[in-house]
Amino acid sequence: MSESTTKLVATPGQTIGPFYGFALPYEKDSQLVHRAHTGSIRLHGVVTDGNGSPIPDSMLEIWQADERGEISRETGSLVRDDHTFTGFGRVAVDNVGHYTFTTVNPGATEQGKAPFISMVVFARGLLNRLFTRIYLPEDTEALANDPLLSSLPEERRKTLIAEREPNGDLRFDIRLQGEGETVFLTYPGI
Amino acid sequence: MSDATAQDEAFDGETFDDSHVLDPAATADSQETINQEITDIHEAYRKGVEAGEAQERQPRIDFAPYRSSLLRHPTKDLHHADPETIELWSPAFGERDVHILESDLTIQHNGEPLGERIVVQGRVLDGDGRPVRNQLVEIWQANAAGRYVHKRDQHPAPIDPNFTGVGRCITGPNGEYKFTTIKPAPYPWKNHHNAWRPAHIHFSLFGTDFTQRMITQMYFPGDPLFPLDPIYQAITDQDARDRLVATYDHSVTSHEWNTGYRWDIVLSGSNRTWMEEGEEH
Repeated sequence: MSESTTKLVATPGQTIGPFYGFALPYEKDSQLVHRAHTGSIRLHGVVTDGNGSPIPDSMLEIWQADERGEISRETGSLVRDDHTFTGFGRVAVDNVGHYTFTTVNPGATEQGKAPFISMVVFARGLLNRLFTRIYLPEDTEALANDPLLSSLPEERRKTLIAEREPNGDLRFDIRLQGEGETVFLTYPGI
Repeated sequence: MSDATAQDEAFDGETFDDSHVLDPAATADSQETINQEITDIHEAYRKGVEAGEAQERQPRIDFAPYRSSLLRHPTKDLHHADPETIELWSPAFGERDVHILESDLTIQHNGEPLGERIVVQGRVLDGDGRPVRNQLVEIWQANAAGRYVHKRDQHPAPIDPNFTGVGRCITGPNGEYKFTTIKPAPYPWKNHHNAWRPAHIHFSLFGTDFTQRMITQMYFPGDPLFPLDPIYQAITDQDARDRLVATYDHSVTSHEWNTGYRWDIVLSGSNRTWMEEGEEH
C-alpha cells in the first residue's frame, strides 16, 4: 500500500563524532529490565579497533524480542519504569571500551529460529553506523539452520555468536577491524 | 606535557583538550595535504562513475583523510542479510518519552541563549516516500561560539549558560519535525593542522524498521569550510553531499523572531509488509 511509487534516495549518514555524551545517553538507558528482574542477564563486551585497542568513544544500541519471542510495541524506552519491556537499549562504552546491558535472553520469534539481538554500532571515527546480530549460543540446531550464519565461513560465523559465561551472562565483543573482525550487515534498500 | 594530558590526548585525539599546546603529531598534516588526498579520492570516484560504476550515496567508511577512520572501519565487505523478525520492526517512542518543550532548545534555561535564533524543520520519509510517523528524532550541537557542553570539549570559546544544545521530538502524522534552536558555529578539531568543522547539527533518527536506524549531520548552505572537511567529503558524490545541506526557507523564517531552514530526511527502504500499516492507522 505504497503512497508513492517513486523511490527516494536515502540521506547519507555521518559519524556520531566525539560529543554525543551530553545528548544521547539517558537514565537507565542500558537497563532493558531491572537487575532484580527474574531471568535478567548481563550482556557485555568490549569494542576494539584495528590494533586491538579499546575504543572509548563508541555508542551501542540493541533491539530485541522478550523472553517469549514477542516484539514489544510499548513506548517508554527513554523513561524506564522498571516494569515495561520496550526491547530497546542504548549504552555509551566506558573509558576502556567496555559496555554492559541488563536484559533478558530473547526468545525465538518463530519456532525453530535461532534467537538473536539486533545491534547497531556508532563511534567517533566510524563514518556510518554498522549493524550486526548477537546470536544466543544454546540452540545449536537452529544456529546450524540459520540462513545468515550458514552463508558465512566458520571463522566469521563465530563472531556473531555470543559466549555464555558460567553465571549466565552473555559476552559479545565487537572488533571493528582486523583479526576476528565482527561480521557487519547490510540490508536490501540501504 | 603531563602524563595526564598525554593520556587524554591519546585517548581523545579529536577533541581540543589543550588548544594552546597543540600536539605536533596530531597536527602534522597541513590542510593542503588533506585537500589533495580528498581530491585524489574524489577524482578516482568520478572516473569510476564515468566508466559505469554506481553512484555512491553514503559516506565511505574507509576514508583516510579523516584520520580517526583508519583503524575504525571494517576491512571486509558488509555482509548482505535478509532482514528478519526483530529487524523489521523498530522500537516505539511516544509522548511518554519526550516532552513537547524538548524541541525548543532556546527555553531550557532561565535566560535567552546568545546567537542567531533559527527554526529547523522538515519531514522524515522512508525510501518509498512514506512519512515516518510517531518516531523519535534527537539532535545535539555546539553553541553560537562553536562550543559543546561536553566535558571533553576544551575549545577556548565560551560556554553559554543558557544553552545546552540537546533537543528531541516525536514526528507528526506526516513525518514532520521542528526544532527551535541557535545557529551553531564552526569549531576547530585535531584531524590536521588548522582543521575546522563546518557548522552542523547532529541528527539521530529511527524508522519503521530497525535497519533504517541512522545518525547524521545537517549543514548550513554555502559554508566555506565544506571543501576542507574530511567528514563531509567522505561522501564522494556531490549529489549525495548536497542531501546533508539544509535550505534557507523564508516561509520558515518568522517576523522579528527567527530565521528558518528546511531539511527533509530520507531513511533507507523499509522491508516491512505495509499491509499492516492500515491496521495500525
